[in-house]
Amino acid sequence: MKPGGLLKKYSIKPRDFVKAGEGSIRIQKFLKFIGFDAGLIRRISICAYEAEMNVVMHGGDGEMSMLVDPKEIVLEVADDGPGIPDIGLALQEGYSTASPEHREMGFGAGMGLPNIKKNADSLDIHSGNGQGVHLTMCFEVKTR
Amino acid sequence: MTAIEGKQLKLSEIKELLHAKIFAGEDKLDITAKAGTASDLMSDMLTGKTGGVVLLTGLCNVQVIRTAVIADVAAVILVRGKRPTQEMIDQAREHRLPLFSTPFTMFTSCGRLCAKGLRGVEEKPPAPAVPPYGC
Repeated sequence: MKPGGLLKKYSIKPRDFVKAGEGSIRIQKFLKFIGFDAGLIRRISICAYEAEMNVVMHGGDGEMSMLVDPKEIVLEVADDGPGIPDIGLALQEGYSTASPEHREMGFGAGMGLPNIKKNADSLDIHSGNGQGVHLTMCFEVKTR
Repeated sequence: MTAIEGKQLKLSEIKELLHAKIFAGEDKLDITAKAGTASDLMSDMLTGKTGGVVLLTGLCNVQVIRTAVIADVAAVILVRGKRPTQEMIDQAREHRLPLFSTPFTMFTSCGRLCAKGLRGVEEKPPAPAVPPYGC
């Protein structure tokens, strides 16, 4: 990560559906407080939430961090869970490994990573069997 | 994003049309919903067109509230008379998200709102289907 800028960190606990999504809401509130463009906040919040829910549903102990810089916002979500064996497959819309429990809650439609890819200006995924998942999402801040 | 040829409805009008009970956001009945959307899939709520719209859903858990906050919807309406849990009400109040419950089904609720001019989140009307339809 680059020096400078504002850094925010939130921990994510796997299977903790009571708190799931709270970190993303804090990120959203923080960005609204700074006063970024609504569309940009929306894209970042959606990516943060999809990534956070992925960790809660499939991952291990995780952490979400956001580096806010005047030109770019970098969101990183990493966990030490089982990882994604086939990233190409996980990026396909509709591909899902969600449990019936996740589906009952309305999740698990296989749109998480594809939606992140759609909303982030760039997405980098590092993972593999037993290697956890490390997502890096970048968002360009356009000056009006 | 504006709805097509639609009419914006105030939450107070929506509440009346759907005979809805309010659980959070009593102070926000004057705000307007610019369109409507209905889904039981969280991913549909996060597709990027739901800002400022009213969300109808049959799901009734605390994640609906968090998803709705992230999606920045104007209000959440639980259909088929589902009662929100206390946790949902607390979360909705904390995030200042209006939360209602209507006795109508999803289909009827959507129909009643559409009949009053509220439109969906489509940016432009989809092209009409051209007959023959293959049957």
